Amino acid sequence: MNRELLALWTPLASMPLLWLVVTLAAYLGARRLQRLLGGSPLANPVLVAIVLVGAVVLATGTSYPAYFAGAQFINFLLGPATVALAVPLARNLHHVRRSLSGIGFALLAGSMTSILSGIGLVWVLGGTRAVALSMAPKAVTTPIAMAVASEIGGIPALTAALAIVGGIVAAIVGQRMLSRMHIDDWRAHGLAAGVAGSGVAAAQVASLDGLGAAFAALGIALNGLVTAIIVPLVPLLWP
Amino acid sequence: MNSPSPAAISGALFTLLGCELVGEFLRNTLHLPIPGPVIGMFLLAAGLALRSGKTAAPEPGALDRVAGSLLDIMGLLFVPAGVGIIAQAGLLRQEWLPILGGLVGSTILSLGVTGFIMHRLTRARAQSPAPRSLDPGAEVAS
Repeated sequence: MNRELLALWTPLASMPLLWLVVTLAAYLGARRLQRLLGGSPLANPVLVAIVLVGAVVLATGTSYPAYFAGAQFINFLLGPATVALAVPLARNLHHVRRSLSGIGFALLAGSMTSILSGIGLVWVLGGTRAVALSMAPKAVTTPIAMAVASEIGGIPALTAALAIVGGIVAAIVGQRMLSRMHIDDWRAHGLAAGVAGSGVAAAQVASLDGLGAAFAALGIALNGLVTAIIVPLVPLLWP
Repeated sequence: MNSPSPAAISGALFTLLGCELVGEFLRNTLHLPIPGPVIGMFLLAAGLALRSGKTAAPEPGALDRVAGSLLDIMGLLFVPAGVGIIAQAGLLRQEWLPILGGLVGSTILSLGVTGFIMHRLTRARAQSPAPRSLDPGAEVAS
């Protein structure tokens, strides 16, 4: 960076405001890009915004903790947003009550699939044990995933990144893939998004349909419980 | 539709943050492995379900508005944590194949298994409550 620009940048870089505005600008730009591309799911705005912000942070030689010191105010809103998932859940409770057994079986099967295939694929492809253990809890909501990873000897920061990128993958392919499997029911779409992709994929379903949002919220919450119970058993079976 | 009053909006914010706080409190005192916001979500859902059972029509008011706005921008809220991937660059360079393969493969398998079983079991019991047709290209309209 040249000197004049640096002189302007340096006093701003220590303010939380700068990284808040950069993050918002990247997200707005990413949404506009997706609209320009005719709404392609490949141009996922969360992914594009992360790439844009990451590029700015790296190009300016900012450390991640310095960036996060500013952007944490956006991150803080994840708490109330998670609580807010209760609203579509409560409004659709009669649908949930009617399909309890389906939810139970689909949740257990999906959760086990995610954990075992995550560990298995990492192992088959030659990854280390630490990476496999970081992969195991990655389908659940980020704070649970990080807590479980640190408990079993994974790398919590890697798990957090995997949880978000995995959610982006689910948001990109989920709807198209399930529709191709002739699954045309918001309850199944919502639950699959919540179980396989947690918050990021749920956010995408929530913006489309209230019933889908209710089942996604349920998928996130219940998969969090199941994973927090099952994954800590993995290191016992694989010493 | 007239917009909710400032008092109603403050009340909705109080409800959301209050449930999160109670969730954090329960997690700390009972040493639960579940994060506070997820406990708060269960508490609020239970509270809303109990209240809508008493009154004839649950009033869709400020809480629905505020919750809806937060859920609409939920994608944005994941960006700061997602940027953390730059701090993992070394590990990603070393083990990019198992990380990428494991992540994409297990996510797709889990999506398919969950969606398939849920669809089969719910369709077997009752016809779907008039699901709207899914258009893969329509998700970005809002």
